[in-house]
Amino acid sequence: MTAPSYPTTWCRPPQILKDRRWRLAVQIAIVVYLMLAVGTVEVNWTRVYDGLERGQRFVMGFLQPDFTSRWYDISQGLVESLTMTLTSTVVGIVISIPIGIGAARNLAPRWIYYICRSIVAVSRALQEVIIAIFFVAMFGFGPFAGFLTLSFATIGFIAKLLADNIEEIDEAQADAVRATGASWAQLVNYAVQPQVMPRLIGLSLYRLDINFRESAVIGIVGAGGIGATLNTAIDRYEYDSAGAILLIIIAIVMVAEYSSSYLRKFLQ
Amino acid sequence: MTEISHYSQVWSYRSPRGRLLLWGGWLALVALFVFCWQIMTRDTIWYFVQDAPRQAADIGGRMLPPRWFYLPELMQPLWDTLNIATLGTIGGVIMAVPVAFLAARNTTPSAAFLRPVALFIIVASRSINSLIWALLLVAIIGPGLLAGIVAIALRSIGFIGKLLYEAIEETDATQIEAIEATGASGAQVLSYGIVPQIMPTFWGITVFRWDINIRESTILGLVGAGGIGLKLQASLNTLAWSQISVILLLILATVVLSEWISARVRHAII
Repeated sequence: MTAPSYPTTWCRPPQILKDRRWRLAVQIAIVVYLMLAVGTVEVNWTRVYDGLERGQRFVMGFLQPDFTSRWYDISQGLVESLTMTLTSTVVGIVISIPIGIGAARNLAPRWIYYICRSIVAVSRALQEVIIAIFFVAMFGFGPFAGFLTLSFATIGFIAKLLADNIEEIDEAQADAVRATGASWAQLVNYAVQPQVMPRLIGLSLYRLDINFRESAVIGIVGAGGIGATLNTAIDRYEYDSAGAILLIIIAIVMVAEYSSSYLRKFLQ
Repeated sequence: MTEISHYSQVWSYRSPRGRLLLWGGWLALVALFVFCWQIMTRDTIWYFVQDAPRQAADIGGRMLPPRWFYLPELMQPLWDTLNIATLGTIGGVIMAVPVAFLAARNTTPSAAFLRPVALFIIVASRSINSLIWALLLVAIIGPGLLAGIVAIALRSIGFIGKLLYEAIEETDATQIEAIEATGASGAQVLSYGIVPQIMPTFWGITVFRWDINIRESTILGLVGAGGIGLKLQASLNTLAWSQISVILLLILATVVLSEWISARVRHAII
């Protein structure tokens, strides 16, 4: 009955690479890469020096934002962004529910599963801005292209998370509903839907938040919204208006984040 | 006896009042949707929308076959893109770590003043997309790699800072108390009590952010901040769709590869 012996000296935690030589090689490789990478960055210091004055004006614009002189453009862009956000989130979710159900292995036949999973994969792999470029080329400039872009991006996000969530449901409840002789539609309605609904609402609110952030960006490639207004303001060197737009974006994102977390707590 | 009589014979999920509220909520949502839809499509030219399938077929026809001999020209911009993402991630980490320590409730030196400042930095960095950061920085420090790197770094602060400060707040307090009990100074508590606990999370977050940054740095060139996006912008301006398809395939391959690397590394760490 001797007391268990504890180590009295501190030992180094285990390393990922066991061999010391390998570790050294990796460290040297990292240093060489960093030197090469820093070497490729050409900095035109006179240009940076010239830019400092603009940077100062931008900071001043941020501190003394000018909401009034461009208010018509700002409000127009803001309305476009907000309407685009809401409609694309709603449409995206409505489309992604059947795709999400189809992409759940426990509800869909194999061939439907593969089709839906590939839709999800395509939508997630492409970046919003790149999709926006295509939709602007196809549908012309304006918020409609942005609406389509955001809807498309929403499908990949919601359908994937919804499908993963459906695959994780409690099978006992589904079995119980199946045992009553329920059809497939009844199974989805009474066994699956109540289990995934709170999570779906949470995800929808989260996506609303993301879509607003993205709607501020895709305007840069011509898809409408506040991003277009911001782009114009910076092109005209009107940093006080740009500062005002950025402050509005930050404020809306903050409000969206706090209210959505509050709403999610309330709903669950 | 009379108390029971108002119970209904049929079980229902919600009270009548709850049902009414639910229907009212749905009705309000639909009305809001219709209203927003009308504002959004007010200026839409429906002729272009009807024309879109034909346009899509046209673009698709121009994209195929991809101009493969354009590929060697893309290697230098691709290298630049990787450098923007990597150096930007490093810069972001360097700035995010102090912010995270200021923002965490258990390590912040002043909860009344510095913590709100740190939280505001995190929210501001997160709510402005890297493309907007790049737009501003190109205007301020001129087009080129540096603007892209700084844009990625500034954007990364919020993400890394938020995840890291949550990790710091979740550290095991008993270990820290044990070290405090030995009479350790504040710096020693930090380096022996907190840092070892958050190290795996830290590396996981960094690699994850690097992966996201590769994605984001591919398009920064659209606003002039260097990398493969510059080539994309040039090809878009000349409507060289067969080059655009090569660029997009290369971007897709890079993104998939970086995602795979990041998944492997995170798997090895955590």
